[in-house]
Order: sequence, then structure tokens, then C-alpha cells
Amino acid sequence: MREKGDTSNGVSERTLRCGNEALAEAAVLAGLDAYFGYPITPQNEVTAYMSKRMPEQGRVFIQSESELAAINMVFGASATGKRAMTSSSSPGISLMQEGMSYLAGAELPAVVVNVMRGGPGLGNIAPSQGDYFQATRGGGHGDYRTIVLGPSTVQELADCMPLAFDLADKYRMTVVVLADGILGQMMEPVVLQEKPRPELPPKDWALTGAQGREQNIVRSLWLKEGALEEHNYKLQAKYRQVQETEVRCEDYKIDDADIIVIAYGVAARIVRSAVNRARQEGVKAGLIRPITLWPFPHEQISRAAEEFRIFLTVEMSCGQMVEDVKLAVAGKVPVLFYGRPGGGIPTVDDVLENIRQLTLPLKRLVP
Amino acid sequence: MYDTKHEIRNTRYQLRKTNYEEVIIAGFGGQGIILAGKLLAQTAMTAGREVTYMPAYGAEVRGGTANCAVVIADEPIASPLVSRPNSLIAMNKASLNKFGGRVKPGGLLVFNSSLIDEKNLDSLDETIDILPVPADEFAVELGNQKASNMVALGAYLQKTGLFSADAAAQALPDVLARRYHKTLPVNTKALHRGAKFAKTTDSIQL
Amino acid sequence: MKAVFARTPSLKDQPTHYCPGCGHGIAHRLVAEVIDELDIRGRTIGIAPVGCSVLAYDYLDVDMVEVAHGRAPAVATGMKRTNPDKIIFSYQGDGDLAAIGTGEIIHAAHRGEQITVIFINNAVFGMTGGQMAPTTIPGQVTATTPVGREVVGQGYPLQVSELLAVLPGAVYVERCSVHNPARILRAKKAIKHGFELQLNGTHGLSLIEVLSPCPTYWRMTPAKAMEWVETEMTKVFPLGCLKDV
Repeated sequence: MREKGDTSNGVSERTLRCGNEALAEAAVLAGLDAYFGYPITPQNEVTAYMSKRMPEQGRVFIQSESELAAINMVFGASATGKRAMTSSSSPGISLMQEGMSYLAGAELPAVVVNVMRGGPGLGNIAPSQGDYFQATRGGGHGDYRTIVLGPSTVQELADCMPLAFDLADKYRMTVVVLADGILGQMMEPVVLQEKPRPELPPKDWALTGAQGREQNIVRSLWLKEGALEEHNYKLQAKYRQVQETEVRCEDYKIDDADIIVIAYGVAARIVRSAVNRARQEGVKAGLIRPITLWPFPHEQISRAAEEFRIFLTVEMSCGQMVEDVKLAVAGKVPVLFYGRPGGGIPTVDDVLENIRQLTLPLKRLVP
Repeated sequence: MYDTKHEIRNTRYQLRKTNYEEVIIAGFGGQGIILAGKLLAQTAMTAGREVTYMPAYGAEVRGGTANCAVVIADEPIASPLVSRPNSLIAMNKASLNKFGGRVKPGGLLVFNSSLIDEKNLDSLDETIDILPVPADEFAVELGNQKASNMVALGAYLQKTGLFSADAAAQALPDVLARRYHKTLPVNTKALHRGAKFAKTTDSIQL
Repeated sequence: MKAVFARTPSLKDQPTHYCPGCGHGIAHRLVAEVIDELDIRGRTIGIAPVGCSVLAYDYLDVDMVEVAHGRAPAVATGMKRTNPDKIIFSYQGDGDLAAIGTGEIIHAAHRGEQITVIFINNAVFGMTGGQMAPTTIPGQVTATTPVGREVVGQGYPLQVSELLAVLPGAVYVERCSVHNPARILRAKKAIKHGFELQLNGTHGLSLIEVLSPCPTYWRMTPAKAMEWVETEMTKVFPLGCLKDV
């Protein structure tokens, strides 16, 4: 491809890009200092793009020997106060969980992009949303969380990148951008722009050489009695703050809805089509689309469940986010699930049929 | 649902009028399927339309098949996935067999008649508008067999009235890798050749 | 009275948690002395491993990070590449570097990362209770080789320095020991050379392997352990410079 969408003046024209390239350039514009990655389908365009773009900018690109190494290179760069990221797909993200637990323990900012594919195991390379549990529950060992963003368009994926770096720096946390094979591979027009960085706390904890100051230590080991418990409470307080301030969620036609479908990422696009078609048929359907998967929009969903309506969760998995939806709904209304795992993708027709079937009893009740 | 073929053909024009086009382009590796899809998407974007392009990727495309889906609309596109396309550009027999049956009633099939025999059309929905394009032959005439994708795309653009062959030719440098820019002239000619053919050729009625 | 020996500033005044006769304390001191002699405390970042020396930052008064088991060379890579002006060293034991972290050290050397690795080889896993290490010598009794290491089934001692020395990306590899004063002085020289290579921008990885006694898990007195390094360990792990480009 030719050099398109020159962003040297900080903003590009509307250009056609695949999600992988768009997120990569958006990360560069967000001031990424170092990218570390190991090839895996379907995110290889990120690594290839970075291998050219980062050296051009005088920044760091390394194709690591493994995902283990990649996440630890991120750890190293981040410990010195640099903006660092890695990207991978499901099996590679599993390998990174050790590093992500250490990042959480050491409170280092990092951005990890997961372009999800089918699992478990080597699975396949088809798009999937089977890593929701892993992403939203921490994934590695210990009591920790990562912020998880679930964009649904190439533009939103690109817009997630500066946000991810800012959130990571603000809270000293790992931010996972949870995309999937479709979002990584598909091309859409996208506008990339350099966004002003918000005011962020100084990185006075960073390892920069103890020049004229006491030594800084970055660690996740707390051996003294009670110290680790204390450290965990500190982390939890931080996570609570994230839950209070960083929830992002979009709703679509829910005010009068008899049925609300909850979906994220690419699945939400499919659902949106189905909702539109249901509306054309006179079925009052709506969509709630969590953008932050952690923190999860419990409150928004709980509020929507105060009136009687049917909730349907649609995922490209056997049902993972549906558990969070059920927690949020707390038994107030029925929550049903439709999904396909292992690279199966729900079609608009499938979702529409589910909406029709589930709203049939309502039609009988209300003439 | 439909009373006559005539009404169905009208429906097709309705499909077009909704300005929501879903097309699958398919063939074998090396036929420039991906390039044709990207070019269509780029042309649509340049024209100010909303567009998504979704390729089949990875191991799925090894072993010789390639396909991609392009959606063109006036509003933000909800789903980039196409299970029932309005249109299909089939560049080889396997693609026609795989996707032919998925074309919506009243849809459009543009196929590479250099490689696909008309007897392969028997199982298709009879309301589909079918245009056989001798894409490889035209491309060879123009001096580069690899331009057959552009012949087919040119014919498709003409038949749907979506964009002109000129518009596509202008978008070509944006999607063609720089090292292939020497093929810009032949590809441009191929787009026009396909469009001219579609303009002067009647579709087949099953 | 004239002071002939003093604690170097980069070594903290801290009671040791290491066992009597352990080599880590000596190796820590050598690293701290080298840092001060080269006057690089303000630009040095150290990496502590998982193992007995996980608390190295309690002794070394430089910016330090403690990382996952075996991953220090990858972390060092991330640090050095983004901070080429800083001096980055990892301090790793034989479990960390030669078992779980084999991939990371080989590839860091293979890429020629400009980092200095202090590799402490005491032929045993200390922190977890004296289990077999890849460097445990044949016949050596450990918690997991109750009848002594049998090479059939349990393998031969892994000679990491020899392994790394063949890689073009490793510019300096030397095996030293801290079992007597002469060897300690030689080890310090080697460590200093490793740091100097980084300072003068020599492209490539330097690794200084240090044979170090573990009286506790060798079930010996400290004096006997020092002797065992000389008589047994050096047979399997010959001392000397393997490579200095």
C-alpha cells in the first residue's frame, strides 16, 4: 500500500484502513514509545505496520521471541516511564497473563490489544469473543483488574488507543483493547488524529536512574506481614475509583423497548442491524452496548431492567458477558442468551429471529 | 412474495434505490479478488459513501480461494458481514458454487465467463440478473491477464450504476501497491473495457 | 587510624537475609563497588530475579525492578531500547536464567542487547528449598535428586556461558567465582568490564557467570562450601573468559 493518511500534521484525511493498521497508527499518534510483539493471526498487520512506522519515528520496535518476552519488554519499558504496548490474539494473550499479573502488582501502565480468535487451545483464526472472561476477570493470578475497552468500529478502535494510554497512565493499570478478527481485518474509512494529552499524574515512580534522589523500586513482591493485604486494598480502592468514573456505554432505541439486546464489539453491529429490522416489523427492540467491559455498565443495565422487558445477550461465544448482565439485572427481568462460539458469527437474521421469538408472547399478552 | 419476475426486477431497482449495496467478490488466489474489493471500497469512500470491506483471511484463503465482502451505504454500516449479498462477482467456478445460492432474489451476478460455463448457472434463483463477462479474454487482449478482476469490476460498476469506471480508475493508485503502479494504465483500460461491455450487453434471463 | 575498607555508597547499610557463607552478599558488593567506581549510580537500573536474590533492591541502592521468574532479559531489553543512555543490568540465579528463563537469555544475547547480566550459579534452587537446578552437577544430592543427580533422566549440568559464547550477539562472556579473595578480585574485574562495555556503547550482551557457594543446601560449612566450588564445581564449570570481542 502507498503511504496513506499522512498524519504528520496530527490529523489525517478520511482513509480506508483495516482495524489492525488503524489501531497501530492511532497508537503511534498517542505517543507510543515502544511496541513489542510476536506474530499471530489475525493481528499480524499491527506488528508489520509497527516494524516500519516505529523506526521511522525513531521509536522502538522489537519482534520478540515469544509473547512472554513481549509482555515483559512492555513491563521493562513501562517501568522506566515510557508508553509501551503489545498486541496479540487469544493464544498469545494467554501466554501474557503472567506478565499482566506482574504489571498489575507493580502498578505499571500498559496497553495490550487482543484481536480475539476462536478457542480454546489453538482453536482457529476466525473472529471470536471467547476471551471476555479472561479480559474482564484479570486473567492472571491474584486479585486484580484490567480496564477493558470493547470497540465496535474501526474508528472507535482507533479512538480507543489514545484513551487506553491515558487511562493506563492515569491509573497505573493495564488497559486491554478487546477487538476480534473481524475488527482487525475489516477496512473502514477512518480519521486519525493526534489528540491533546489530558493532564496526567507525574511518573515520579519511574526508574530513570537514582540521580540526586533516593532509589525507586518497582515490584510486586510484598513479603512483610500484612504488606500484601495492604497493597491489595490500595489496588481495590483504585479499581473502585475506575468503576465510579470510567464506565462507558451506548444505548440505542431502548426507551420504549420491549426487548433490549446487550452486545459489544462487532456483535453489537450485527445486533444494531437486527434491531433496525425488528423495528421495521413493529417489534420494539433496543440495544445496550457496553464500551468498557470492565468497568461494566452495571448501573445503566440495572436501570433499564426496572421496567419489565426481555433482555437478550448476543455474543460470539457460549455466553460470557451474559453473566455480567445477569449480575446487573439481579433477577428483575429475564435474561436470555444467543451466541455462537469457535468462529461462528451470529447473522442479522439469526438475531432477528431470536428477537421475534422472544417477543411473541408479549404480542399475545398485549393485543 | 413476488408475483412476477417483472416485479422482482423492480425490487432489484428498489434494492439499488435504498443505496445499501452488499457485494461478495470471490475467486481463487492470484485473481486480484482482494484488490478488486479494496478498490470498490476506496471508490465508495472517495465518493463520500459509508463503506466496509471484509476479507476472508489467514488459513481460510490458503489453498486457492479468496473472497471479500463490501458493503456500501449512506448511513453508518451496522454489520460488515454479508451472508446474503445483493450482488456477486464470481471469478471462478468454485466461487459461483459457494456463493451463487446466497444471492438475494432480484440480485445481480457478474461472472467470469472465460472460466465458468453457463451450465453452472442452472441451480441459481431465476430472478437473479446475470451478466457473463469474458474477463480473462478481455484482459489478455489488453495485454495482461491479471487485469481480469478489473474487467469484472468495471462491468459490475456499470451494471449497478454505483460508480463510473473513471471514478474507480482514479481510486486505483490508493489501493495498488506502489511497486505495481506500472500496471495502472492496463488496469484502467480493463475497468473501462468491462464497463463498455456491460453497457452494450444484455443480461441473461434464466 | 586509617580506614582500609568501607562500605561502598551504592550498597545499603542493611542486615543481610542471606545465609552464612552465601555468595550473594559478595556478588552484591562487587556490583555496588563497580557502580560507584564507574560513577554510574544515577543512570543505572537493576533487575532483580525470582530466587534468593529477589530482594537485591534491599541491598543495592540504585533504581531497581523485581520481575517475573526468568524474564529479566526481556525486561532489560524493554528498558535499554527505550533508554539507550541508561546502564541496565540483570542479576539472575541459575533457576531464573538457566531453567525458566532460558528462552529470554538466549534471545536477548541473540539480538545483541546492550545489557549486562550477572549470572549467579550455585548449582541449586535456593529459595524454594534446595531443589535440583539445571546447573546441579552429576551426583549432587538435592531435595529433588535424593540419590544424587543422575545424568540419565535428569540431564547434564547446563553450561550456559559456553552456550551463549557461540552467539555473535554476546560480546563478552566470562565465568568467575567468589570462593577466594583472588577469585573475588577477578570477578569484580569481569563485572566492571561488562559495565564498561555497556558504557562505551559496545553493541552486544555481556554476561558474567559467578560460581557461588550455597552452604545451606549443599549441607556444608561455609568453609567447606568454598572448597567445594574449587574442587568440584570448577571441574564442570571451568573458570575463565570464554569470549571478549
